[in-house]
Amino acid sequence: MLTYLIVFFVGGFICAIGQLLIIKTNITSARILVSFVLVGVFLEAIGVFDKIASVAKAGINVPIIGFGASLTKGAIAGGQAKGILGAFAGGLEAVAGGVVAAVLFAFIFSLIFKPKTKKS
Amino acid sequence: MHYRKRNEMYNQYVNGKIPKTSEWPSLFNSFWVGGLICIIGQGINDIILELMPTLAEQTAWAYTLIILIFIGSFLTGIGVYDRIGKFAGGGSIVPITGFSNSITSPALDFRSEGIVFGMCVKMFSIAGPVIVIGFVASTLVGLLYLII
Amino acid sequence: MDNLLYNQTVFFKNKPRIVGNYSIVGPKEKEGNFGKYFDFAMEDDHFGEDTFEKAERKMIEKALLGAIKKANLKKHDIDLFLAGDLLNQIISSSYAARAFDMPYLGVFGACSTMAESLALGSVFVDGGYFRNVACATVSHFSTAERQFRFPLELGNQRPPTSQWTATASGCSIVSNKGEGPFISSATFGKVTDYGITDVNNMGAVMAPGTMNTMLAVFYDTKTEPSDYDLIVTGDLGKLGSEILIDLMEHHGVKLGKNYCDCGQMMYKIEQQVLMGGSGCGCSASILNSYIINEMKKEKLKKVLFIATGALLSTTASQQGETLPGIAHAVVLEI
Repeated sequence: MLTYLIVFFVGGFICAIGQLLIIKTNITSARILVSFVLVGVFLEAIGVFDKIASVAKAGINVPIIGFGASLTKGAIAGGQAKGILGAFAGGLEAVAGGVVAAVLFAFIFSLIFKPKTKKS
Repeated sequence: MHYRKRNEMYNQYVNGKIPKTSEWPSLFNSFWVGGLICIIGQGINDIILELMPTLAEQTAWAYTLIILIFIGSFLTGIGVYDRIGKFAGGGSIVPITGFSNSITSPALDFRSEGIVFGMCVKMFSIAGPVIVIGFVASTLVGLLYLII
Repeated sequence: MDNLLYNQTVFFKNKPRIVGNYSIVGPKEKEGNFGKYFDFAMEDDHFGEDTFEKAERKMIEKALLGAIKKANLKKHDIDLFLAGDLLNQIISSSYAARAFDMPYLGVFGACSTMAESLALGSVFVDGGYFRNVACATVSHFSTAERQFRFPLELGNQRPPTSQWTATASGCSIVSNKGEGPFISSATFGKVTDYGITDVNNMGAVMAPGTMNTMLAVFYDTKTEPSDYDLIVTGDLGKLGSEILIDLMEHHGVKLGKNYCDCGQMMYKIEQQVLMGGSGCGCSASILNSYIINEMKKEKLKKVLFIATGALLSTTASQQGETLPGIAHAVVLEI
């Protein structure tokens, strides 16, 4: 139960920071996503991400920060194991599932559904 | 350059004229919706580990994210995600479901311009930068780790 | 004031008249403040077509046919079709014109297109070159959103200063004979840029251009605000019209209760459109429904109609350019 509470507060807090950025700087959602991915890359690079993730779990894995962290984790691990080629390939390998899933579902659903006009 | 002076004054005046709304309600909404999406993610992860206890933690997370991406994509398709987004703002942009929304929504929109040049080309019109920046930054970090 | 400062107005001697007017709107506009005045409301935004762009084209076609019918004319009576919209290369108007066997001139003035086409149409009719000119514009929320902003299903919030592109179309038939309000003068505006860069604050972009045109109208026609039963601006929205009132007061002109804005009036507050409506169909549909109908009933005798537009392009604004605005005015009398 405590885990879920921590997940809720950490995840909610990260999202609220995103919202604060949107309100204060008027930036678009693409930029929000980019900045949070960079945060993930940075946290992983300095080796802090895993420590946070062991406590916050989904609270930090579900926000796009987790995407940046897995990319970096893959690139570092690949580099250690296979040298330069590993550093190039490792990141994509680590997130391949998610990226391909996003592309595949987008492809399928856009064949099935049609965009609707916003109501408000 | 009295134009520049005039424009500066006008911009200042307009900024003062923009109605100020309190940010607390929208921050609160994005807080609890974002938190809720993370709880759902945690729930999915726990169920996966419950069903397949032998799974490595990393693999379980990968499955969790794929399921969340599916949910985000599906809700986009049936026209619900944009309404959640209108209510929650950052709360539904920052989670991975928002990433999925940003790929599915242009794909849906540009389906009318054809599958190849419409849907496939425009699919990454919003999420593209995320992937590009993510790849570049993470690979640089990976290479940096090789040197040090 | 210097006499040469303003000479942007043409006066019409032969009273070109609006003999036919037709308006068509989407479901959201139907629920708005002017719902009962529009000639036709679509049940859904697709209008039976498979894309929003085709729906937009069908709207302007229907508006043109409706206006011709209301003017008791036939299609071959129309000597010129003057139209514009918001899409790239004004495809809605041009592709609609393809279906009609009439000469066509595409005009673009962003949301100021209705006044621009009316003014040009009056020039042709007043000069005796054409008998009947159809002037029309159209805008569609979903096509504009796709082109200028984000995909429809993207879960983002609209900034508080943004406006809602109206799904609407209006068409007027300007003729050298017949019944209806006549256009006594038209004032062509200058492109005005006060250095605003926020694409979500169109009201602030358009207000200075509107002020320039409005001052020119008052100066050139030697009138003042109280001479008009109604002074209506295109679609500045709530913020934009407040700015305009301030700007005009700064120039010593006080806009009273007879001033209003189509964008601000289009929707009800509970429809959550923030600053109000925009898009060239917004002012076109209100002009071609409420305003002209009230003029025909002589409830409004003299109306100053100023349509306002922000001449933005996504390319230019991504390159960091500031946003220019423009406004054109016509004076309608009965």
